[in-house]
Amino acid sequence: MLKQTEGSRAVAEAVALCRPEVICAYPISPQTHIVEALGEMVKDGSLAPCEFINVESEFAAMSVAIGASAAGARSYTATASQGLLYMAEAVYNASGLGLPIVMTVANRSIGAPINIWNDHSDALSQRDSGWLQLFAETNQEALDLHIQAFRLAEELSLPVMVCMDGFILTHAYERVDMPTQAQVDAYLPTYEPRQVLDPADPVSIGAMVGPEAFMEVRYLAHAKQLQALERIPAFAAEFRQIFGRDSGGLTHTYRTEDAETIIVAMGSVLGTIKDVVDEMREEGHRIGVLGITLFRPFPIARVREGLQGAKRVVVLEKSMAIGLGGILSTNVRMALSGLHMHGYTVIAGLGGRAITKKSLHGLFREAEQDALESVTFLDLDWNMVNKQLEREKAHRRSGPVAENLLRDVGVVAARNY
Amino acid sequence: MFQVRIHGRGGQGVVTAAEMLSVAAFDEGRHAQAFPSFGSERMGAPVVAFCRISDREIRLREPIMEPDAIIIQDPTLLHQVDVFAGLKQDGYILINTNKTFDQLGLGDMIRDWRQERLCTVPAMELALKHVGRPVPNVPLLGGFAAIAGVLKIESVIKAISERFAGKVAAGNIAAAKEAYAIVIAEMEAARRKENQHA
Repeated sequence: MLKQTEGSRAVAEAVALCRPEVICAYPISPQTHIVEALGEMVKDGSLAPCEFINVESEFAAMSVAIGASAAGARSYTATASQGLLYMAEAVYNASGLGLPIVMTVANRSIGAPINIWNDHSDALSQRDSGWLQLFAETNQEALDLHIQAFRLAEELSLPVMVCMDGFILTHAYERVDMPTQAQVDAYLPTYEPRQVLDPADPVSIGAMVGPEAFMEVRYLAHAKQLQALERIPAFAAEFRQIFGRDSGGLTHTYRTEDAETIIVAMGSVLGTIKDVVDEMREEGHRIGVLGITLFRPFPIARVREGLQGAKRVVVLEKSMAIGLGGILSTNVRMALSGLHMHGYTVIAGLGGRAITKKSLHGLFREAEQDALESVTFLDLDWNMVNKQLEREKAHRRSGPVAENLLRDVGVVAARNY
Repeated sequence: MFQVRIHGRGGQGVVTAAEMLSVAAFDEGRHAQAFPSFGSERMGAPVVAFCRISDREIRLREPIMEPDAIIIQDPTLLHQVDVFAGLKQDGYILINTNKTFDQLGLGDMIRDWRQERLCTVPAMELALKHVGRPVPNVPLLGGFAAIAGVLKIESVIKAISERFAGKVAAGNIAAAKEAYAIVIAEMEAARRKENQHA
């Protein structure tokens, strides 16, 4: 059924249709509306049987999810930013133990400086944690990916993180097609655990493993992730049969046929990029887009196939590997190994900096001229940066950077329009 | 695509207003996208929300920097925030006030503007009268339905009844209808005046 609703609400309803049995919740912006809505559904009995557990921290949220999942319950939680960092130890445990937990990450930057706005730093900090990571472009895709995530997680016995841009998607009201319970039931079979804590058939889960077998356990985690590369397209195809729309998969290409320049990105910024690409195509520019839906496992072969006809690739990412450049772009470079083409990394939108069509038009035209630096910071205010560098040169006790910069720009209230 | 930016203060229902606009547009079968300017919102602090309305799917995710219409829920913001930033020439302005544009000190700014696109409505008073609470957002949506011709007042009323129930819904609907009538009358007066000058 078509409805106009908030992204968080849409995800909460989709999660509820997946019949989770345990939901652990600890509030942090911008995911809070999701678990609040689920809490209401459990309380009013519309989501039953389900236990909604308020925990004392994100570390506890993931720990409770681990326990619930090990006991055979379909388990869900959501977090963001510092919350994801705080649960990091348990995040690795969930995947290391092979427990099919589904978690929404409402993407937000990581402090310091503290910042509640959107970028991809939080989820990408956990890229090597062993979780599968899916990135949604729209609210429709966010809700669809949650349904696919439970299927995928339980089939592979691995946890899945569904990443959606905080605020930009979670707090946006837009049109979504909400599936019926019958459709979701047809797509998502009852959870059959590979391992379960059952008093009638006792096992232990979580043994200490020494050098004699640790590498083999790790290799199997890698091999299992790679299986997802084959399963995901099949699950997406089955999803299309039941729900009647394309959602999920490994990557999405847009107007890449004959494209000389291809922009690679993840998440909601793909929409703005597509609008710019349409406008540039009308002026005769040969430009297209490759959107990455699956970040872990990284679909190396598919990315290579999608990009190899281009003359240049611009990876635009809301994340940064400090001291190196980009995170997404480093992964994309792996896929382009041995191909001769220009490659550019563009860091954009950190901490909620708006990524505008106007800036993208300028950026993509510069890329077409091969006039970009290998690592570019979109809309960086060099005056602000240089002023601080001068200050540090002039005074030993130059003071805290964030406070200095705020004083320089005279910010009374953050604005992004 | 028609783009609206709403300015107000935390507690005045700025974000709710943008969401309800999007619901009204959806009810007319159109695509709409509403979102807040994401910040640490507090009671009384300046808040901005946005709404895009289109006949096609909306993919754009940038904030609205060149709005077709601006709704100002709190006129004290005029001295604090550049509320008109990027407003298109001859865009629509709707202010919650019982003063005129001249009295608000905006006379010079809007001298060459199309007068029927400049509207004021005493939304706070309408809200107090019909709802009993100083929340100007919903009456302003009624006023918006009159100015821009983008949405029907019936769709706004439907969106109100989807959001609220009982007495609150009825009061807000009455306030929105009265605001709609006030703005229609203002626009007609402005047109008559322009015709006399012509």
